[in-house]
Amino acid sequence: MSAKETTNVVFVGVGGQGILLASAIVATAALESGYDVKTNEIHGMAQRGGSVLAQVRYGKKVYSPLVPKGTATAIASLERTEAIRYVDYLAPDGLAVISDQVIVPVTVSSGAAKYPELDESGLREIFPKLVYVPAVERATELGNVRAANVILLGALSTKLDLTDEAWQDAIKKRVKPAFVDLNLKAFYLGRDLAQNA
Amino acid sequence: MAKKLLSGNEAIALGAYESDCSVATGYPGTPSTEILENISKRYGDKIYCEWSPNEKVAFEAAVGASTTGARALTTMKLVGLNVAADPLMTLSYTGVAGGFIAVVADDPGMNSSQDEQDTRLFAHFAKVPVLEPADSQEAKEFVKVGFEISEQFGTPVILRTTTTVSHSRGVVEEGTALELNRPHSFKKDPQRFVPIPAFARGMRVRLEDRVERLSKAASVSSLNRVEWNENGDRKVGIVTSSATYQYVKEVFPEANVLKLGWCYPFPDDLLLEFAKTVRTVVVIEELEDFVEQHMKALGIATIGKRLGNENLVPKYGPLDVDVLLEVRKKLSANPATSKAFSAPVAETKRELPALPTLPNRPPVLCPGCPHRGLFYALGKFDVVVAGDIGCYSLGVAPPLNCMDTILCMGGGITVAHGIDVAKNDRPVVGVMGDSTFFHSGMTGLMDIVYNKGKATIVVLDNRITAMTGHQDNPGTGKTIMGEETFAASISDIAKAMGMKNVVTVNPRKLDETSAALKTAIESDEAWLIVAKEPCPLAYRKKADHEVFVDQEKCKKCGACLKLGCPAIERDENKVVTINESLCASCDLCKQVCKFGALSSRDANSSQGGLV
Ligand SMILES: Cc1ncc(C[n+]2csc(CCOP(=O)(O)OP(=O)(O)O)c2C)c(N)n1
Ligand code: SF4
Ligand code: SF4
Ligand code: SF4
Repeated sequence: MSAKETTNVVFVGVGGQGILLASAIVATAALESGYDVKTNEIHGMAQRGGSVLAQVRYGKKVYSPLVPKGTATAIASLERTEAIRYVDYLAPDGLAVISDQVIVPVTVSSGAAKYPELDESGLREIFPKLVYVPAVERATELGNVRAANVILLGALSTKLDLTDEAWQDAIKKRVKPAFVDLNLKAFYLGRDLAQNA
Repeated sequence: MAKKLLSGNEAIALGAYESDCSVATGYPGTPSTEILENISKRYGDKIYCEWSPNEKVAFEAAVGASTTGARALTTMKLVGLNVAADPLMTLSYTGVAGGFIAVVADDPGMNSSQDEQDTRLFAHFAKVPVLEPADSQEAKEFVKVGFEISEQFGTPVILRTTTTVSHSRGVVEEGTALELNRPHSFKKDPQRFVPIPAFARGMRVRLEDRVERLSKAASVSSLNRVEWNENGDRKVGIVTSSATYQYVKEVFPEANVLKLGWCYPFPDDLLLEFAKTVRTVVVIEELEDFVEQHMKALGIATIGKRLGNENLVPKYGPLDVDVLLEVRKKLSANPATSKAFSAPVAETKRELPALPTLPNRPPVLCPGCPHRGLFYALGKFDVVVAGDIGCYSLGVAPPLNCMDTILCMGGGITVAHGIDVAKNDRPVVGVMGDSTFFHSGMTGLMDIVYNKGKATIVVLDNRITAMTGHQDNPGTGKTIMGEETFAASISDIAKAMGMKNVVTVNPRKLDETSAALKTAIESDEAWLIVAKEPCPLAYRKKADHEVFVDQEKCKKCGACLKLGCPAIERDENKVVTINESLCASCDLCKQVCKFGALSSRDANSSQGGLV
């Protein structure tokens, strides 16, 4: 099956967290590297605070834009427990990069449901290959909370066979000029975090 | 030529540009909306673009453009074609002059739709060709070929996408833009454009002939292709279309594949030829068994939705690689087909520990949404609420629980009227949004006035078409091109229709809103309440104050949680706080708290004085 020759990446989070930028950077970097690329993103209803999913696949020839279950090379979650909702996408040796940020859904604040109590070690049981990132805190240190998505992307990039040059080009192409430096810093910060994890 | 990563919808916009399309119209609807948004944003200097009040209007305007010889395209979501069905059915008779394409985006899985209808059946019903691209590159190409088919045969063409095709990105090669340099000049020809019965009967005969010619053309069209496998094994042939083709290529890499990009008028010659060459024919199509039923009618034995006594390819919901792996598993296990299909290579699955239960994350009304105030106020009355489709549909969910019916756009007013004239034992309130009012609410309101109905109608005028991503509409004073235009007033329209009782309230002011509702519901006349307040997402304003919980005054009564505002949070100890990063400072919660625990302070100092 050609999925074997395809690299699959999944980004999850909550509407409005910026997963589309992260997935667009991966797609651009892969395209620049000469791969066939397909992506899929959820629009519409899901944006109103709902759970969101963006998928990127690249390889010599990619057919389906949707990542088959059990094949994702890496999953990045901008919310602490959202990755669990999509755990079956991950390949057995897949990497999970998870932000510690909690976004409480209304079902929890209204008392109808409970937010699972899970810390890093709890997550590690579910995701043996885990990079757990205080992404919001680090992004704030860098000067902009909104860079959390690119910090996660940097961590995730350690699992992908794309060159430094491709990543840098893609960030420059996808980010407004005024934010390129910030996002490059965020990207390498994420990379370091994953390499030292 | 440059290669770009485009969504199916962006690629269709590019296709319209490269085909020298002159007029593009539409009404928003997921997953079709970005087509027209992209045409207006990127090619608006060359292609006339408009958001029309509804799909029927959009469709007909595009038909008019086509009668002049111009190429025209109109876009809508699946259910939009129901609204535009009337012109479609007859356009098929009259035919077109300039190329005409209706892009209709289906939504298998109902990600953001109220039904899952398969537009291919509509194409069949109307006897017009339907093209189904399988990815972004095809989406662009099929627009070009669609215009050619349309002009060659004088027929409208439906380009059918699905959510996956519209919203997935793929590599697209840009082409050169055609320049037709055609005069746009309407040529009088009543036999052709005027279907009075005497002329229509002739059109009816010519239509059958056209369908036959289209079927022959489809059989040899490059949009339909056979991919023979390389080893010459002709055991299995799979017939497929749209994004499903992509999944077939991954799950059945060894199969011979007939990929249909133009499935109706059915390419009979091609279907028969393919079936003759392969031993077992499997039809794998998303949603209806459209091609499968026809192949059976042609006398071809096929496997598809059923395999013997068991279900095989699902009849509803989206397909994907995982679903097709299940299909393959069944084919390999069934004695009738096990010789032809080996079992799929199983993915090595990882043993997962017990997973915690995750709270649902349903879409919700945003913090500061003006709809929330109306629903909260309405929730205090013992009434039936006939609702409609828009962000306010989310009012059906707890804790607001404030919508009893939804039928279709426009139904908010008309269903309410029906409940009223049936003399239901409780009063009825119909609710709809501004865009929906202009779409199909006005005729319903006319009905109430004309027939002396007594229902209370609320139009939630948030000054935008929000649900589909904030498009302008006849009430916003802006066109799709961002030009200033007349801003239609809902209350003026209602008054002009003869509606006597019209009142405008701010739904963020609960007292005012409740008072208006009370008067209207208790009255024995019809009322229109315009709940007017802009959507804060479309019209961002910097808040001048912050709302916070004064913990000393808070009695933890939970009343504020009944608003369902995502910015109001409560922890395990029932301590209620406001998430500053989410709060839109709409002050609704302040009006709900009986203990004065919710107060405001200056926006710039989190400790600042009360305002
Ligand atoms: C016939 C039809 N066309 C389009 C849609 C897609 N659609 C759903 S809600 C909506 C517009 C809602 O706008 P409005 O009534 O102003 O309410 P808002 O979302 O702004 O609250 C549209 C276009 C649909 N469901 N049915
Ligand atoms: S987008 Fe606007 S109208 Fe829709 S839920 Fe959010 S605030 Fe309300
Ligand atoms: S309504 Fe007022 S008193 Fe009750 S929980 Fe909310 S803030 Fe506290
Ligand atoms: S003021 Fe109250 S109701 Fe309004 S957004 Fe803030 S928390 Fe929600």
